[in-house]
Amino acid sequence: MQPDQWPLYEIFIRARSGLEHKHVGSVHATDARMAIEHARDLYTRRLEGVSIWAVRSGDIVASDPADSDALFEPARDKIYRHPTFYDIPDEVKTL
Amino acid sequence: MSAAPAGREGAAAPVAPEARLGYVMRLADTSLILGQQLTGWIGHAPALEEDLGLANISLDLIGQARLLLNYAAELEGRGRTEDDLAFLREPADFRCVQLVAQPNGDFADTIVRQFLFDAWQGELFEGLARSTDPRIAEIAAKAVKEIHYHVRYSGGWVVRLGDGTAESNERMQRALNQLWPVTHELCSADDLDLQMQAAGIAPDLEEVRSAWSARVDEVLAAATLRRPPEQPYRWFGKRGEHGEHLGYVLADMQFLQRAFPGATW
Amino acid sequence: MYTQGLDQHGKPAESAALATPELEARFLAKIDAEEKIEPKDWMPEGYRQTLLRQMSQHAHSEIVGMLPEGNWLSRAPSLRRKAILVAKVQDEGGHGAYLYSAAETLGQSREQMFEDLLSGKAKYSSIFNYPTPTWADVGAIGWLVDGAAIMNQIPLCRCSYGPYARAMVRICKEESFHQRQGYEIMMRLARGTPQQQRMAQAALDRWWWPSLMMFGPTDAQSRHTAQAVRWKIKRFTNDELRQKFVDVTVPQAEFIGLKVPDPALAWDEAAQHYRFGTIDWAEFNEVLRGNGPCNRERLAARLKAHEDGRWVREAAVAHAQKLQRRAAAQAA
Repeated sequence: MQPDQWPLYEIFIRARSGLEHKHVGSVHATDARMAIEHARDLYTRRLEGVSIWAVRSGDIVASDPADSDALFEPARDKIYRHPTFYDIPDEVKTL
Repeated sequence: MSAAPAGREGAAAPVAPEARLGYVMRLADTSLILGQQLTGWIGHAPALEEDLGLANISLDLIGQARLLLNYAAELEGRGRTEDDLAFLREPADFRCVQLVAQPNGDFADTIVRQFLFDAWQGELFEGLARSTDPRIAEIAAKAVKEIHYHVRYSGGWVVRLGDGTAESNERMQRALNQLWPVTHELCSADDLDLQMQAAGIAPDLEEVRSAWSARVDEVLAAATLRRPPEQPYRWFGKRGEHGEHLGYVLADMQFLQRAFPGATW
Repeated sequence: MYTQGLDQHGKPAESAALATPELEARFLAKIDAEEKIEPKDWMPEGYRQTLLRQMSQHAHSEIVGMLPEGNWLSRAPSLRRKAILVAKVQDEGGHGAYLYSAAETLGQSREQMFEDLLSGKAKYSSIFNYPTPTWADVGAIGWLVDGAAIMNQIPLCRCSYGPYARAMVRICKEESFHQRQGYEIMMRLARGTPQQQRMAQAALDRWWWPSLMMFGPTDAQSRHTAQAVRWKIKRFTNDELRQKFVDVTVPQAEFIGLKVPDPALAWDEAAQHYRFGTIDWAEFNEVLRGNGPCNRERLAARLKAHEDGRWVREAAVAHAQKLQRRAAAQAA
């Protein structure tokens, strides 16, 4: 890495209380404080944030798309987890 | 906390309109000229993120200037607008402090100027948010939140660059030594400041000084920078005593309005 | 328009040696089903390279695009105009940041992209190689250049590559005031003093044809269009977008009493389109080759900022390393 190269941070913003933090993109910074400031200047100019998380991109652990079949396919079979699997007569309310 | 001046209970102490106007113009011109100078960095900063950071501060300062200039125009009562005041006054009529009229220089010059200013403006505006002048109080209260962010930003950079490489430390110390004399004006109360203080319009500059000084010491220590010795420097921009750079800043800023008198844009 | 350079310098899309018919078929099925491709999904090497070049060129365009309007920040003729212009140029920097961020998901670092830009290897939109000699040029850029960009950007919100599409959605939301502020400037000038009217007309005369060139070569000349459309990187052809731009913009000029500098411009009632004259492709090629009115100045400005700022970036890194060492020493 060159001496003037800044590491990459992934940025997550909570737009309003009650919502989760959402991934919005990345910024370059040298320390955590700078990452927050850069994220604030880049991603919240239009009042889009009450909370910022910054994580070094290298610290994120991600599932491998090659494993997506093993990780996610079994859930497809278990359709009894979905409300539409069950046939409730229309007359019964609040179910 | 100093004893409440005579005017604080009940109505504000009577203050000559020209004095109130003059004080507001000092605040307005100071924010305006610094906001103006920062525009020179946009598109040319050391990193894309700093283009955005400096643009943010510039916008905030221009916003403060507009609110203050509009108030000044009302106080003046001659039907002038914020633009008339900004674009049609001579350099000698400007009342910005000398610090904000120093050239941009390199990033060290700019960030040292910015931090010394932000730390001062933060303390001053916290006091102004309690002003007996309701309009000043309102403008200052809104600005204080912005200024907290500016101090954080510029202070952060002073520490990074002061305690970075040997080269950055050298550039920062040089910038600090160069700019230090014009900081003398910031907390030195002249007659107008004392009048405003007595009327409860402005805070006691001695209190601003001690808070500012403490903050500066804290940041300079973390930045491994040496605070220069005090140098009473008697030329005050807030009294209209300017160097030569302001003329160029205004020639640039005012050019279109001067070239096309009476046109609207 | 961010693919202008591809037609000049692009090689035919290379297929990765590791591609299998199954992977290719699955990839194309996703595209056809309007599903998004995400960074770690398998993709043909040609798709990756095309996107990387397009996204980085788009990002470079935003950054270099800060310079022509940046030229007037200090001289804006009113405080309101100054504030609006600072916000607009700030947005453009922000758009560049979003796009570099999206391009980095394809595995190239921002530093590498900067190196390619500063060495002249990577291109940016030709339009930013034109000068802004008057205030009216700032208005013309907002009205015409942002107008053309919006035409291109809205379809890109449906681009097949997830990070690019998401960046475009963000950008389009922010774009709405950019074009309006430019048109408002032109409108005020066109209704102002005789000198201001002349200033506005002169700016339109200077920016009209370069704006049409922004959409890139004609479809017949554009070798990359077919593949880009197949991969849903490009949703409309150059000529389609260019025609749409002319149809929308000519009435806007007429509304404020300005004349589009094209003697061949004529409304075709049967086709419901404006017919317009031939673009000077020789000029376009000169500008793409680096020989336009401001190419050298734009690159020099970016190079200067990068070089002058090196000590700052290095110091920030050095400081962060010191903090890490101190934290480690304390933990020990």
